[in-house]
Amino acid sequence: MSIRHSLLALLSEGPKYGFQLRQEFEESTGEVWPLNVGQVYTTLQRLERDGLTESDDVEADARQKNYRITPNGNDELTQWLRTPPDLSQPPRDELVIKVLVASRLPDVDVYEVIQVHRRYIVQLMQQWTRLKEDETRLDIAFALAVDAELFRLDAVVRWLDAADGRLHRATFDAAPEVAVALPNIRRRTGAHR
Amino acid sequence: MSMLELRQVSKSYGEGATEVDAISDIDLTVERGSLVAIMGPSGSGKSTLLTIAGSLEEPTSGEVMIDGARLAGMSRNDKARLRRRSVGYVFQDFNLLAGLTAVENVSLPLELDGVSMKKARSQGLAALEGLGLSERADNFPDQLSGGERQRVAIARAVVGERSLLLADEPSGALDSVNGEAVMRMILAACHNGVAAVVVTHDAKLASWADRVVFLRDGKAVDETLPPPSPEELLNPDVVNPAS
Repeated sequence: MSIRHSLLALLSEGPKYGFQLRQEFEESTGEVWPLNVGQVYTTLQRLERDGLTESDDVEADARQKNYRITPNGNDELTQWLRTPPDLSQPPRDELVIKVLVASRLPDVDVYEVIQVHRRYIVQLMQQWTRLKEDETRLDIAFALAVDAELFRLDAVVRWLDAADGRLHRATFDAAPEVAVALPNIRRRTGAHR
Repeated sequence: MSMLELRQVSKSYGEGATEVDAISDIDLTVERGSLVAIMGPSGSGKSTLLTIAGSLEEPTSGEVMIDGARLAGMSRNDKARLRRRSVGYVFQDFNLLAGLTAVENVSLPLELDGVSMKKARSQGLAALEGLGLSERADNFPDQLSGGERQRVAIARAVVGERSLLLADEPSGALDSVNGEAVMRMILAACHNGVAAVVVTHDAKLASWADRVVFLRDGKAVDETLPPPSPEELLNPDVVNPAS
């Protein structure tokens, strides 16, 4: 979550006071990604220091200042919007590691482990879905943020389903060795912390 | 009273060495106004469960009750009447009759049940209107988009006094926005007192349900707990229960 660029985006609509920016930021995505109020004001000070925003009263409190975006700020925002985030390296995924470990342990039912996580994630998805149940009160930015979370969780359920199916088939086919040493997996996927 | 109750329901196909258990010892209760999703991989028995719940197929053992009535004790005619009056089905591929218009498709079950053509059409139009399709009432299925066809199928499933809605992968090949719209319609029917069972492999659709039952190899292996308040997600102080 880039607070810096979200604030620039709000300022690209026109000049705004610090307290107003904090309020609008919270109304758009802050509900889903809560953040410390202080982060907003600290970021506003940095944006001004870096010449991406400006205000008339340099000495005033960040809450009371009327900020506007500079041409450099607009360029920064435009460039940021079109720069894809770096997704090339898979993250170190705790759930993946738990399932891999469970698949190696003789006294652990890996399917039961998978189901525990599947149930938890579906319950979490039920909670997110409830948030967008009342369409009449659904703000579009909030709906998009909730959708993003639902798609992320859905991908985890799909992976669990795929893992379940793959392990099941491997057992059915009586493969001599289902699990592979974890360090090899990490090297192959390039997983990092 | 529960609208649908399955007690120790099992279904096997074949005999002897070729016998296969499609579902085993399933217990399921669905109250009026509630939406239950059944999730599971292909071949886990989801569709078999749905066809037995809708009396389209007989269980090998166990008991099915719809609105308090035991299906095992009913004649074929009584079951057919119960299906027409109380049970609505939504299928993945819509199953609309190509030679009938949208409103004719929706009102057909009522007409088959002896309701006059005029009254059936009026109820059919009301059902379509409820789903925002009144302007498409006289269009044939091939003149409708995929999303519109599925809305017609849902209108047909809830028209009249239907109180049990059974849906098998109801979003079919629809995109996620239309799939969500389908679930909203099913949920709206539940808010009007209908009991619904939705079979799906899609967790995004299942998450609209009050309860999700997980099927594996024909057995109900798990189900979700009543979810905590959604507002807790927006409270950063809530502790992650998985941690």
